[in-house]
Amino acid sequence: MSDVLDSYPQWLDGAWVTVRLTLLGGALALVLALLFGMAGTSRHAWVRVLNRVYVEFFRGNATLVLLYWFFYALPLLGLRFTTLSAAVLALGLNVGAYGAEVVRGSINAVPKAQYEATVALNFTPFQRMRRVLLPQAFALMLPPFGNLLIELMKGTAIVSLVGLVDLTRVSKNIQGSTGQTVAAFSVVLVLYFIIAQVLQLFVRYAERRVDRMLGRRLPSEPSLETVAAGAPGTGVTG
Amino acid sequence: MPPSDTDEAGPGGVGDRPPSEIPGAPKAPAPGDGGSGSAPNVVTEKGVATQKGEVPGGEQAAELPRGTAPGIRFEKVVKRFGSNVVLRELDFTVAPGERVTLIGPSGSGKTTILRLLMTLEKLDGGLIWIGDETLWHRERGGKRVPADQKHLHEMRKQVGMVFQQFNLFPNMNVLHNLTEGPVRVLGLSKDEAVERARGLLDMVGLTDKENAHPTQLSGGQQQRVAIARALAMQPKVLLLDEVTSALDPELVVGVQDLLRDIARQSDLTLLCVTHEMGFAKDISNRVLMFDQGQIVEEGPPDQIFGEPSEQRTRDFLQAVLAS
Ligand SMILES: Nc1ncnc2c1ncn2[C@@H]1O[C@H](COP(=O)(O)OP(=O)(O)OP(=O)(O)O)[C@@H](O)[C@H]1O
Ligand SMILES: [Mg+2]
Repeated sequence: MSDVLDSYPQWLDGAWVTVRLTLLGGALALVLALLFGMAGTSRHAWVRVLNRVYVEFFRGNATLVLLYWFFYALPLLGLRFTTLSAAVLALGLNVGAYGAEVVRGSINAVPKAQYEATVALNFTPFQRMRRVLLPQAFALMLPPFGNLLIELMKGTAIVSLVGLVDLTRVSKNIQGSTGQTVAAFSVVLVLYFIIAQVLQLFVRYAERRVDRMLGRRLPSEPSLETVAAGAPGTGVTG
Repeated sequence: MPPSDTDEAGPGGVGDRPPSEIPGAPKAPAPGDGGSGSAPNVVTEKGVATQKGEVPGGEQAAELPRGTAPGIRFEKVVKRFGSNVVLRELDFTVAPGERVTLIGPSGSGKTTILRLLMTLEKLDGGLIWIGDETLWHRERGGKRVPADQKHLHEMRKQVGMVFQQFNLFPNMNVLHNLTEGPVRVLGLSKDEAVERARGLLDMVGLTDKENAHPTQLSGGQQQRVAIARALAMQPKVLLLDEVTSALDPELVVGVQDLLRDIARQSDLTLLCVTHEMGFAKDISNRVLMFDQGQIVEEGPPDQIFGEPSEQRTRDFLQAVLAS
């Protein structure tokens, strides 16, 4: 065990790669999710088509295949990416497709009466979205976003297949060099869990802020989310 | 464009209309003809409104819409939902500054009329005039074409609506609910909007609630905020759709009194849907009884509620009283 722990610089480097991929991929996914999710609620059919094409294409493909494209195929066509940005693109595009569905569904779930109030106050379509629909939809998006973020974090493990030394790759390396299989894979298990918990903490914090904005003090959280995060159902106090 | 044209624009307004439709308004004046003498009760009404406007009515009155309100005119308006024809060639006119209550059985199309005016439903046929402009159509090359978003945006400036369920924005506190429209849509500065909002909150008796959240207010308080929010946009036409029917009984009177005062102190053109006869008498000069998308009967509140001439009106009023 001590051999395994002595390699902590390697563990830290690997964890840093995993965290960076998660945050950058998550940021890209968030932007794409908002853009294409809003497109999915447009009055114009052709804008909604953009949403469908994006969602169906990137949701319907394995992230690893996307990664192979950005890493091996596109460079042959003259489009080069660094290893990290290829991974971020593959992860962000894939998770963004799921996120776009979350955004679209959440905006559509804001009561119609809210939309009508914005019309009665003569808001422009942009103002309706920006000032009323999106802020309220955000409350609905956050729990599923939390899930997606953790899915994304776990999904980063595939980058070890194209040579990036992330947490998964580090665990394999250390298992190889020390021969301590159980210890190496136990450490990596715990590290992923800790990262997931920290991410979950941020999502909870955001949820609480949004709840306060909406004048709610409800501690209720969807139980699925808690299960997926592997977290105990911690009550949020208002 | 300026709604203030409506009072003087009699000839222009008539000229805009297809000739065949001009004689079609025997009962009440077209919005554009306000005050031309075709309907004495309207002239009286305008007189009252103006008179009140000239009385220095204290600080409160300052926030209420003043000046010329446009009239409204429905011409052969058709509205269907699928195969369900809700309004069939409906004609009616509301004079500038007139306050009209719509009554009628459930499903008779009262809400639909207000929602058409607020552009929340699309028109299927006919014309809706606000002042001397059509709401759902605009002129292009001498022809009338369906309105675009820009035209609707212009037209909506004159109209405000208060909803049965208040529909306050839960992502904003009370003050913010009142300032958002004036700042973003009317282009007021933050300070001006806050000042206007505070004046209105004072008028509706909620000065101490400006930082409260909508969820922290009672139904009656929320509806007061919603009324203030609509008035903050300084509409000239105000639409009220059963605004007290979602309230607990003990809160109804307060909101009704508030609306009555607003109606009397302003010269808004008011369209109000309500089942409360006392309130209808208080707030309106005229009552229209609807059934199946047509006007069954109309007249002053006392007449409609006191001695209705149509059997359908009597049946309806019986049913309302029984409930
Ligand atoms: N969005 C809609 N889709 C389909 N049908 C509708 C829609 N809105 C209204 N209707 C129908 O139009 C008719 C008129 O409805 P409306 O709401 O205008 O009636 P109302 O007079 O306001 O009734 P109430 O007194 O119950 O409020 C009803 O038959 C209703 O079912
Ligand atoms: Mg109704």
